[in-house]
Amino acid sequence: MSNAVSILNGASSNGAVKITEAGLRGMITLRGDLSSTALKDAVKSVVGLTPPSERKVKSGKGGGVAWMSSDELLLLVDYDKADATVAKLSKALAGEHHMVVNVSDARAVFLIEGQGAREVLAKGAPVDLSPEAFGAGDLRRSRIGQLAAAFWMTEDESFELVCFRSVGAFMFDWLSNAAREGSLPEFL
Amino acid sequence: MLMLKCPNCGVTAEETEFAPGGEAHLTRYSSGSEDQAFTDYLFARKNPRGVHFERWRHAFGCGKWFHAARCTATLEVFGTYTAQTSTPPDDIIAAIKAKRPEWEGFK
Repeated sequence: MSNAVSILNGASSNGAVKITEAGLRGMITLRGDLSSTALKDAVKSVVGLTPPSERKVKSGKGGGVAWMSSDELLLLVDYDKADATVAKLSKALAGEHHMVVNVSDARAVFLIEGQGAREVLAKGAPVDLSPEAFGAGDLRRSRIGQLAAAFWMTEDESFELVCFRSVGAFMFDWLSNAAREGSLPEFL
Repeated sequence: MLMLKCPNCGVTAEETEFAPGGEAHLTRYSSGSEDQAFTDYLFARKNPRGVHFERWRHAFGCGKWFHAARCTATLEVFGTYTAQTSTPPDDIIAAIKAKRPEWEGFK
């Protein structure tokens, strides 16, 4: 079997805020009727979580599940388990109108950690990232500079960001530059 | 800069997150129709100064299409609504009437 590698093989940059390419992550796109019981049960059976409400993300021991649009979820699992999870979902949803695809190798994941993570993302995304408007478990699909991306906040005030693998290197450069030492506002 | 609320995902975002889709509620004339009707469908647009109905897509967000009613002169947005309709809903019409009493109505 070929040796899978992520876009930047776990590169990281230590500026005012730490940017890390997260390495291999299992990601599965699941589209269908999010209100259907069969779909909810199928998601629960593979990641142990029910689908989150609008613009939210849930994570637990078995993985995570992110709301991407009114008919789309992104399931976050271990890289090795992605194909088996897809097979399991397909079986559970047989007969339901749905689509399930392993997109692990088509996406890049970045971690934005440290005080000021909000400021780094706010430089590129037209999103209100103030603590009142955006908290842990909130997810937003938007853009960073000119790149489409989805990001969400974890419990410890850091962010995880997903974008297309093809623009992963540029995304890393963009985020690293935005997180450069001395480039964040003084009031932090 | 326009601020639009996507009715599909509930996000209020600025214009750069959306892609414009031109005038809304067009009747599609295709093969078998009168040449004039087909030409008008392809090329003739209202281009009004004032109330306008448009299609937009939440390109960087949920990716879904929706409709917006806005004023082309002031950029005021009267409301956004589902793409699964061929005429503006009553509440949007009422919102426009409340702010533009002189508006002659849809179509």
